[in-house]
Amino acid sequence: MNSLDDWATFFVEVIARATAELPDDVTRALRQGRTREKEGSLAAMALDAVLRNAELACSQGAPMCQDTGVPIFWIHHPAGLSTGMLGRACGEAVRRATAQNLLRENAVDTLTGRNTGNGSAPGIPSVHCEEWDRPEVKVELLLKGGGCENVSAQYSLPHSKLGADRNLEGARRVILDAVHQAQGRGCGPGILGVCLGGDRGTGYMEAKHQLMRPLHDANPVPELCAMEQRLLDEGNQLGIGPMGFGGKTTLLGVKIGTLGRVPASYLVSIAYLCWAARRATARVAANGDVSWPT
Amino acid sequence: MAHLNLPCDEAAVRALRVGEEALLSGRLVTGRDAAHHWLSSGYRAEVAPFMAGAIIYHCGPVVRRNPDGSYTFVAAGPTTSAREEPYQAEVIGRYQVRGVIGKGGMGDKTRQALVEHGAAYLHAVGGTAQSLARAVVRVERVFQLEEFGAPEAMWVIEVKDFPTVVTMDAHGISLHDTIAQASGEVLQKLLGKA
Repeated sequence: MNSLDDWATFFVEVIARATAELPDDVTRALRQGRTREKEGSLAAMALDAVLRNAELACSQGAPMCQDTGVPIFWIHHPAGLSTGMLGRACGEAVRRATAQNLLRENAVDTLTGRNTGNGSAPGIPSVHCEEWDRPEVKVELLLKGGGCENVSAQYSLPHSKLGADRNLEGARRVILDAVHQAQGRGCGPGILGVCLGGDRGTGYMEAKHQLMRPLHDANPVPELCAMEQRLLDEGNQLGIGPMGFGGKTTLLGVKIGTLGRVPASYLVSIAYLCWAARRATARVAANGDVSWPT
Repeated sequence: MAHLNLPCDEAAVRALRVGEEALLSGRLVTGRDAAHHWLSSGYRAEVAPFMAGAIIYHCGPVVRRNPDGSYTFVAAGPTTSAREEPYQAEVIGRYQVRGVIGKGGMGDKTRQALVEHGAAYLHAVGGTAQSLARAVVRVERVFQLEEFGAPEAMWVIEVKDFPTVVTMDAHGISLHDTIAQASGEVLQKLLGKA
């Protein structure tokens, strides 16, 4: 891949996968949730509908959800590759994918209220490039819809109403509150990406990046690993269920990372992701070979 | 399982109960943020005849324009309804719609309007844009396409067996209120406050 056009063509392929193919780990978690729900319940009906829709979208190569969201790209690249070029290629790919109906015309000029008609606008797509020491390029894409974005939440600790101090227990309390506040509005069962620390900008970005982790991975930090398990279990005890219809499957996963913070701030940023977890990861080796790790 | 043919009358909607699944056939009109603001800031005589007795669908579809000038819904799931809460009650009353399809439920003002006018809130499964697009058999016409763009335009569509769940009925019952309260009690326990 040498030119902007090559990269844009490749990024369209990444978008096509993300929009139409529900990752295997998410499908498995939905099926597992389905076994826990009572036959004939609204929860069971909703999970069946979701699984059926995922199959349809995949077989048609069409968007599983009409809100194709803000495309967020994280690109790790070796030295020598132009981040300006990569950013422009992402924008070009989003416009091409929009023209092909892989993405909805999903970008609006905030001042005039006009839809740009091509899927892109300042800040959309959101592109984050970082140089690393490896020879290959890693591309991660998350299509994050507006419904789940609107129920995402950020808390500044301490939070007296929730009895939340500046520690992991305080974080646990506000995270559970966020799940309760969201109810079914974020298209649950949801996945939580959480960042402890950082500032209001970096905290949310890290929380969103946590959403790229497969559901079955284990957090290498023991106390965070335990916290992820506990919150998944307690979140499901809330009984909000798929779509907020009630039921045992409220969350599919919880992923927690940390960033440093200034002494004055202890922020907990919670990025809620809908069940339609449209993420894709690709690696481009130095010789141009593309692989799709799951 | 209830079957509702649209447009319909008030009695058909008053018969629906919370928790019941309802399959819709007939006319829906899509409308979301821009449309609700537009509908409530004046009387829009051109769309009114299409809305009477029909149901508003909170949906911003992906739409393909065909070579012959017709349109096809490519992806068409529900969007979050809470954003229309400031406008919904007025829109229901003014245009005599028999209900709303969306996701996530709505607030007290809408709940009261459903009781007053004889309408229901019907929940579609969020994110199931492919299944729901297949239930759209025809795009009849579109309003405000140029002004609002495709996702926000008001699409008049015909559906067949469009699957929904009644989560707010014309008798003032809301499944969303019930679940919010029950989950709130569990939350208090988990936080060691109850």
